[in-house]
Amino acid sequence: MAENAEDLDHIEELNINSESVQILTFTLDDEVYGADIVQIQEVLEYRKVTRVPRTPDFLLGVINLRGHVVPVIDLRKQFNMNQSEITVNTCIVIVDVMLDGEKIPLGLLADAVKEVIELPTKQLSPPPRIGTRIDTRYIRGIGKDHDDFIIILDLPQVIGQESLQDVYQAVSSKETQSTDEDE
Amino acid sequence: MIGPIETFKMEANEHLVNLEAALLELETNPDNADLIDTAFRAIHTIKGAGGMFGYQELTNFTHHLESVLDKVRNNEIHISAELIGIFLDSGDLISTLLDNTQFNEDQKLLSDALLERLFALVPSNETQAQNTTCNENKKEINENEKHFYRIRFTPDKTTFTTGFDVTPILRELQSYGDYLVTTHISKVPPLVEMNPEECYLKWDVTLVSQESISTIEDIFIFVQDDWDVTVEQVHFQDTEEHPDRLGDLLVSRGILSSDDLEHALEGKQKIGQILSEKGLVDNSEIDAALNEQKMMRQLKQNKASDQPDSTVKVPASRLDKLMNLVGELVIVQARLNQVAHREQIEDINAIAEELDHLTTQMRDQTFSIRMLPIGTTFGRFRRLVRDLSRDLNKKIELQTFGAETELDKMVIDKLGDPLVHLIRNSIDHGIETAAERKETKKPAMGVITLSAEHSNSHVIIKIKDDGKGLNTQIIRQKAIDKHLIKPDDHLTDEQIHQLIFEPGFSTAQKVSDISGRGVGMDVVRKSIVELGGSVSINSHEGYGTEFTVRLPMTLAIIEGLMVMVGDEHYVLPLSSVEECIEMPSMELTQRSRKRLVDVRGEQIPFLYLREWFSTTGNPPAIEQVVITHIGEERFGFCVDEVIGQYQTVIKRLGKLYEGTVGFSGATILGDGSVAMILDPQALMDTANNGRSQPELRVVNH
Repeated sequence: MAENAEDLDHIEELNINSESVQILTFTLDDEVYGADIVQIQEVLEYRKVTRVPRTPDFLLGVINLRGHVVPVIDLRKQFNMNQSEITVNTCIVIVDVMLDGEKIPLGLLADAVKEVIELPTKQLSPPPRIGTRIDTRYIRGIGKDHDDFIIILDLPQVIGQESLQDVYQAVSSKETQSTDEDE
Repeated sequence: MIGPIETFKMEANEHLVNLEAALLELETNPDNADLIDTAFRAIHTIKGAGGMFGYQELTNFTHHLESVLDKVRNNEIHISAELIGIFLDSGDLISTLLDNTQFNEDQKLLSDALLERLFALVPSNETQAQNTTCNENKKEINENEKHFYRIRFTPDKTTFTTGFDVTPILRELQSYGDYLVTTHISKVPPLVEMNPEECYLKWDVTLVSQESISTIEDIFIFVQDDWDVTVEQVHFQDTEEHPDRLGDLLVSRGILSSDDLEHALEGKQKIGQILSEKGLVDNSEIDAALNEQKMMRQLKQNKASDQPDSTVKVPASRLDKLMNLVGELVIVQARLNQVAHREQIEDINAIAEELDHLTTQMRDQTFSIRMLPIGTTFGRFRRLVRDLSRDLNKKIELQTFGAETELDKMVIDKLGDPLVHLIRNSIDHGIETAAERKETKKPAMGVITLSAEHSNSHVIIKIKDDGKGLNTQIIRQKAIDKHLIKPDDHLTDEQIHQLIFEPGFSTAQKVSDISGRGVGMDVVRKSIVELGGSVSINSHEGYGTEFTVRLPMTLAIIEGLMVMVGDEHYVLPLSSVEECIEMPSMELTQRSRKRLVDVRGEQIPFLYLREWFSTTGNPPAIEQVVITHIGEERFGFCVDEVIGQYQTVIKRLGKLYEGTVGFSGATILGDGSVAMILDPQALMDTANNGRSQPELRVVNH
């Protein structure tokens, strides 16, 4: 496991240091987001996600990926976006994310997956301070493809320890709420 | 593949474990010859095998140990506590020596020091140190020895009218061991003459059992006056000479005279056939004798092989793979069942059913391979208690119960460290010093009880000490210091006790190398939770503390009961399900605060899962309540629909869902979708807490 982790970091670094990076782009609420291809395991058609009750909204539930139970998260909810219907274009992007030194597979719900593009590293700019809809700590950089901006996500941050803790606090406060309702 | 040297190391380690167990046992029971034998054999085998693999210095070292043990065996010297101490230390040394064929400096010094201590106690006389081979002729006072019985009984003709049935007797005989029955029906008259109320039968039973002859005779105690019963024990110490040919057996059973036998044997056909053809012996009599022959041969064979089962060593990783495959198989089986059920093709249904039977057997077998008695870890704890109590100058005795309780190997492997922590905690914080104990009028010897038992699909492990118990004041203060609670928080004693499982908590005033670094209890809880278990604490100041660890018996597959809530499937562990009842409509319309359902006069609390899961949509007209038993309590779960029994392969939910309560994992259904597995205990606890919390807040206001 540890070796794998090193490998992964190694590759990511290489990717940044090299001339260009390969980015898988997908849309969320009409904006284009991207993730480093190194982290992406595969893209699945949308399938029914089993809800895990009493968990935060953005944790959509779990799916069966060839015999493994893989959690799926809804980035729209995490980023406080509008909700949309499931369409034929809806996909689940399976990514490998390091969490607490452990590599876990994770599904991201995307409105549509666009393409894999290669961006020269020079064109990547650091996250802007203002002007994005989502928390800048989730952003690794901004890329530009023709006239479109691509927000490249920092996946470990998105599901990282910090945000998870927020999430569980949210749940426990919700639980107390529900007990309040009982009263 | 495992090389011979690895095999040697593995085996040597096993022998060391045996050695340690025997030595610790000898401490309380110094005259037990069997234990000395065990210790001797362990040392002897390590010595012999070590020599073969070039562990020359190890061989020399163990040779001295062996000579001393040999003297103990021959009653030349008596085993003493000091000697046992030396041997225990030697065992530890040997385990470090296995990694290298040559001693390093430290090991050399250590071994010399140990031998010096040994020679101070027992002067060595090298001239006499011949290679004693281990003498295996154990005396045959084996209590488990099996006896061979020949039982014949002819019930009284009127036995049926007087109400004595034969079946219970046969059943009882069966419970005593291996048996073969022959029913003689030759006396049954033709149907026209038969009186159906009379008994015309007689029986021959061949029984191999550990019970004594009087126990067997006692079965017939109520009927012995009326029935014709003979119970005979067949001795055959001289197995070789004992007749087990059919003809001889018939003679010895008194059915045939030896003259007739001689006569019959002149032909060369199978004797049974000849005899029945000639009408000398009844067919069923021959069957009975044949049965006896069969049992006797079996018994002899068993005796010849002596050991009941031969064992094979297999790397654990292969077992894990097998387990995974069986898991996949079970999932595929579920799919097949679903398809077969839908298609309603008779042939496929039959195959699915048969395969289901095989899959279940295979699953159970694979499990049983992985199951180990928890007692294998107990030896380690005994040593821990012995060493630590000496270091701390406390007198502590460890009592263990339920060593035979079986648990999945993986669970046992991961359970060791948490249990060590808990026991250390009891030794260090729980049990007082002898002086302190005297003040409180407790016996000087402190007792730690370690017990394991099965409870449904779970194993309950309890670690109990009779020490000073938890001091709620100190814990409270400490928790306030560490900002775990606020000074004005009102907590019950139980809630305060729970605080010791919080990260970074330790009440020991002085940090010892045993415990008190504050890494103990939260790690314990974490590793037990990782195993899908839970740990709770129950303490009374001045009387001691009890930790209860509750673990699932296996981490892989359970029998489940599938239910539906909304459009989602859920699985409840079948082992805790008692019954399913229809929800009386009244209970729901009332929507009373107290959720209770009436089951045959008993009020059982239940959880309305629709509400708990915030399920959308309308409930069905008739809802079901699944009644489960959790420990002593009964608790219901209201669901939309009960689907039925389901073999459930448990999949972990993974890191992201670590904090969720109420689910012990997920499983994959036949159609490839996922269903959550409910944890009744956790659900009940959170549901109860949810109810008690408001009360707590009222106190706060």
